[in-house]
Amino acid sequence: MTRPRKIGLLATVAIAVGAWMAAPSSAGTIVFNTDTSDPKPKAAFEAVVQKFQAENPDITVKMNIYDHESYKSSIRNWLTSAPPDVALWYSGERMKQFVAPGLLEDVSSLFTADMKSQFAPKVLDTVTIDGKQWGVPYSYYQWGIFARTDLLKKAGVVDIKTWDDLLAACDKLNAAGVEPIDLGSKDLWPTAGWFDYIDLRLNGYDFHMQLMAGKVSWEDAKVRAVFAQWKQLLDHKCFVKNHTSLSWQESQSLLYQGKAGMMLIGNFITQGMPAEAAPNMGFYTFPTIAAGVADAEEAPMESIHIPAGAKNKADAMKFMAFMMRADTQAMVNDAEKQLPANSTAKVNEDRFLLAGAAQLNAATHLTQFLDRDTSEDLATVAMKGFQEFMVKPERLDSVLAGIERARKRIYASN
Amino acid sequence: MSAFTSLGLPVPDSWWRRHQVALAPAILLAPACLLFTVFVVWPIADSLWISLHDWDGIKPARFVGVANYRELFTDDVFYTALVNNVLWLVAFMLAPVFGLALALFLNQTLFGMRLVKSLFFFPFVISQVVVGLVFGWFLNADFGLVNTVLGGLGFASVDVLGNERYATFGIMAAGLWPQTAYCMILYLTGMTAINPELVEAARLDGAKGFRLLRHIILPQLRPATFIAIVVCVVGALRSFDLVSIMTKGGPYDSSSVLAFYMYQQTFASFRYGYGAAIATVLFFIMDVYIAFFLISLLRRERR
Repeated sequence: MTRPRKIGLLATVAIAVGAWMAAPSSAGTIVFNTDTSDPKPKAAFEAVVQKFQAENPDITVKMNIYDHESYKSSIRNWLTSAPPDVALWYSGERMKQFVAPGLLEDVSSLFTADMKSQFAPKVLDTVTIDGKQWGVPYSYYQWGIFARTDLLKKAGVVDIKTWDDLLAACDKLNAAGVEPIDLGSKDLWPTAGWFDYIDLRLNGYDFHMQLMAGKVSWEDAKVRAVFAQWKQLLDHKCFVKNHTSLSWQESQSLLYQGKAGMMLIGNFITQGMPAEAAPNMGFYTFPTIAAGVADAEEAPMESIHIPAGAKNKADAMKFMAFMMRADTQAMVNDAEKQLPANSTAKVNEDRFLLAGAAQLNAATHLTQFLDRDTSEDLATVAMKGFQEFMVKPERLDSVLAGIERARKRIYASN
Repeated sequence: MSAFTSLGLPVPDSWWRRHQVALAPAILLAPACLLFTVFVVWPIADSLWISLHDWDGIKPARFVGVANYRELFTDDVFYTALVNNVLWLVAFMLAPVFGLALALFLNQTLFGMRLVKSLFFFPFVISQVVVGLVFGWFLNADFGLVNTVLGGLGFASVDVLGNERYATFGIMAAGLWPQTAYCMILYLTGMTAINPELVEAARLDGAKGFRLLRHIILPQLRPATFIAIVVCVVGALRSFDLVSIMTKGGPYDSSSVLAFYMYQQTFASFRYGYGAAIATVLFFIMDVYIAFFLISLLRRERR
């Protein structure tokens, strides 16, 4: 007996007992698992489910909401044992990971020519493998530099368009007594934003994706070039001094207190932005580094999928079709303050979102962020390495050797 | 022996009667043994088995023999975590010492002493998560109390939890706080059992101060000391929550401990086999200690 099945058996029993105690499931019931536990997304999905049930009175949606962290590990249990009918997950590599062992259902039939035209090709790409679609993307958001425009202005920074602008901004902010770049590296992942963007701007999308797919050595000269570029920021004392002991939430306070000037982060930062700080905040696209290599942006995509073992696939498909629609996507994303994947859906008038939409529409490629574009295992090793490099740049060789060792181990077994 | 034989009556010859005495203990032990097997022995065996596999929770597990252990013993992070666990163990031996000192100090009959005692016991009552958060802010380099005081005295600020050299010590300090309170309570309870006549006699013989403590009080507190040390060793080996809250093992694994590294490998990197291998090593380390504990316990009971 293989291990997944063994655990699966236990989980099946547990879930079967649970389902029996909760409510006897009828033919018109779909089970929908999500990790939308934060207040806004939770409310957004409750509204969506209500609307869907109003339109389809014969179908009941039973939503199971998990918190983000436990969702990542629990999906591995129930997807292989007692799958729901619809599950929220992430496009790109995270999706491929489940498509490869046959755990997700092909939903290409939903993408009619008319429907396809409503999604930008680069968005469609994130759920497409070998010409087939395996999920419905519904929401994404931009990454970029969120900065205190008032502090930049006071320090004499005009714009941050090129790498040299960024270095100059660091020097000017330092001279003005403001720590230039805010970072909370205790969470590790904020460091990955810096690696991704420098790599995308320096080596381009194709190289970056090859690296993420484990096809290129981490000791490659091009990877070293990324760290050499990053080192310039360290030499200019760009990053806040105590970033290793700050979580990303804690690090925000430096920005809002005026102790730090800018932060490379996703649009989710605007959800907790204090009203009095918002007018002084501006959004900048990550600066260009090498001329002609500015074709990709980070845009983590959220999508919904049908597990291959779903019991009520017919109704699940109806729910997927409902989630594709422009009006549904406008509704969810308006509440979540994110960008709808359906390009015909109306975007929330928030100025950061509008700036993000403009940035992402202009990009040729979208990436999902390091911890979703490469294996979780490699991402954990790499992000710890980034943090160590930022504190002890002289250890770069041993850091890269460590990541490369992990890459060989992970991608040799595949 | 049944009542029939002692009364000289003929013994009813049923199978059950003949084997009753031999079977009773087995029957009484069965429920406990069954639960112990299902919830303790089986998971341990299963972990050992998983540790011989390469498994990410999705793909079928691949048998790799001792490859996980071979990798573990060349893994720098594993040794960092192991050394940190030893540091925790040493540091936690301070808890009984501090606890005893506090208990001696608080074991007085003064007005309001009960309130003072409960205040000292307070850190043990609050959740470890809260202790971790409080100490995290306390030690914060930007606005923490420690650095505000250091700054006031003219010293440069130290980012204790963000520095690879100090992070573990910062977490251990947080861990010692509730642990000391617990040891204090153990000793306070132990002190109620001290025979006042012995103390009286010792005083008549002229013993006082440290000699009185060393030769009269401490021997009578032996049971309390024993339990305090046991609890502290276990506490040090299973330290996880404070590490997870205060540093997440960072910066770059420098404050990781075995339990946290196991968790991280299993649930962040999805290396179930490797995580199980770390768990197995931790299990054997604990076994050494438990064996030592059982032997000394049995020896004392025999005495």
